[in-house]
Amino acid sequence: MNDGPLSQDSDQNLRRTPLDGLHRELGAKMVPFAGYEMPVQFAAGILKEHLHTRAAAGLFDVSHMGQLALVGEGVAAALEALVPADLLDLGRGRTQYTQFTNEAGGILDDLMVTNAGDRLILIVNAACKATDIAHLRAGLGHGIDLEVFEDRALLALQGPAAAAVLGRHAGAAVGDAPFMSMLECEVAGAAAWVWRSGYTGEDGFEISIPADRAEGVATALLAEVEVEPIGLGARDSLRLEAGLCLYGHDIDETTTPVEAGLLWSVGKRRREAGGFPGAEVVQGQIADGPTRRRVGVQPEGRAPAREHTEITDQAGNKVGEITSGGFGPSVGGPVAMGYVETAHAVAGTALNAVVRGKPLAASVVRLPFVEHCYYRGKPAA
Amino acid sequence: MADTRYTKDHEWIVVDGDIATVGITDFAQGQLGDVVFVELPAAGAAFAKGEQAAVVESVKAAAEIYAPLSGEITETNPVLDGEPGLVNADPESGAWFFKLRIADASELDGMMDEAAYKAFLEAEG
Repeated sequence: MNDGPLSQDSDQNLRRTPLDGLHRELGAKMVPFAGYEMPVQFAAGILKEHLHTRAAAGLFDVSHMGQLALVGEGVAAALEALVPADLLDLGRGRTQYTQFTNEAGGILDDLMVTNAGDRLILIVNAACKATDIAHLRAGLGHGIDLEVFEDRALLALQGPAAAAVLGRHAGAAVGDAPFMSMLECEVAGAAAWVWRSGYTGEDGFEISIPADRAEGVATALLAEVEVEPIGLGARDSLRLEAGLCLYGHDIDETTTPVEAGLLWSVGKRRREAGGFPGAEVVQGQIADGPTRRRVGVQPEGRAPAREHTEITDQAGNKVGEITSGGFGPSVGGPVAMGYVETAHAVAGTALNAVVRGKPLAASVVRLPFVEHCYYRGKPAA
Repeated sequence: MADTRYTKDHEWIVVDGDIATVGITDFAQGQLGDVVFVELPAAGAAFAKGEQAAVVESVKAAAEIYAPLSGEITETNPVLDGEPGLVNADPESGAWFFKLRIADASELDGMMDEAAYKAFLEAEG
């Protein structure tokens, strides 16, 4: 038997998050991920953890992700030189998803940017943290200070019960906060930055707290009957069903925001005015259409079609490749996404996924596989 | 009395006459996690010892199952197609993968018995 990439031997040089001791106490299976020892699953296992998150609430440790702040006169305009989002019009307390692009319009990393009033707060991927920091230092110019929060933990509380649970520990205001907003409040007695966001497709929150308060906050949330600890394995299957990109797999330096179906995150003003790395490439693809697109791929049988699986047309010609694929516990079958030539990107197109040399019937489907349940705010009275 | 042998790839083999029934051990299913799909060989297919004979897919990854002995497949477990989770629930009995007609009984020589496999697991630790 060959074990997969999530079960490599652990390495002595890996970093640990502030919740490392708690994970081990809870029976986590720890694996190396992006330079950290992280819990891939707890005792319940990936399948049950995934379903529990969609049914009630799951608590994830995402402290490996980079938490940064930018301060200085004209900071939004300065960051716009590196990303295609509209940050000048990002309201106070609001969060925007965007990407660092390169000169070819490829994606160096994807990130969340929040207007926290006196500064911008950035959340970046763990594996890209060091290169992102260097990229920011080189690209922002003088007058913008970059702070790296090495002493903060990041938790994600996700699922339909997340708002009720967090309301018991943070006050009722968190329940009214709309998707992609941030507020500063106390969570279980700790000063926290709380976002209405996440990467599961469910309603939920991401909670940044000082590292020395992380275990206390996590323990308080886990004491709630609705909440179970969830590992990286279920985080991956949840985000795949939600149609969300994983950096280094579904997006990387060779894929543009247009090809990746992320044009919604490119500001309307920026599409016209450009002014970010690779703007000409992105504008050209907006005008002419990209030659390939990221799509959902639904294999017809039971066999999962995993990353790097070749996608062929009915005649057997290669037309694309799977970039994320596996078993979707909520779908109850295999789910995947990948890039296909534009002519084959229309939902309903019949294709094949070549699994272990055998072409298996599959079709292009609209993403997400499981509908998003984000809280968009109270309906207007 | 049937005789159970084990491989370093965490397969178990029950030998009854010239027929070997093959599955994966409880340790193996624990390492794999939730099994969601098993691809089994066709009856009549012949394998040399060590050739890939089946694939087991968990929520995490795909794992290859090698023929622990040379021989011809006589039967595969019909239950696993509709109920792959049986590999997690009952790995060392109900969730057998396939039966094969042993081509060369001498390949059994030196294979681990239960005590030796337990010692192997502890040494792997």
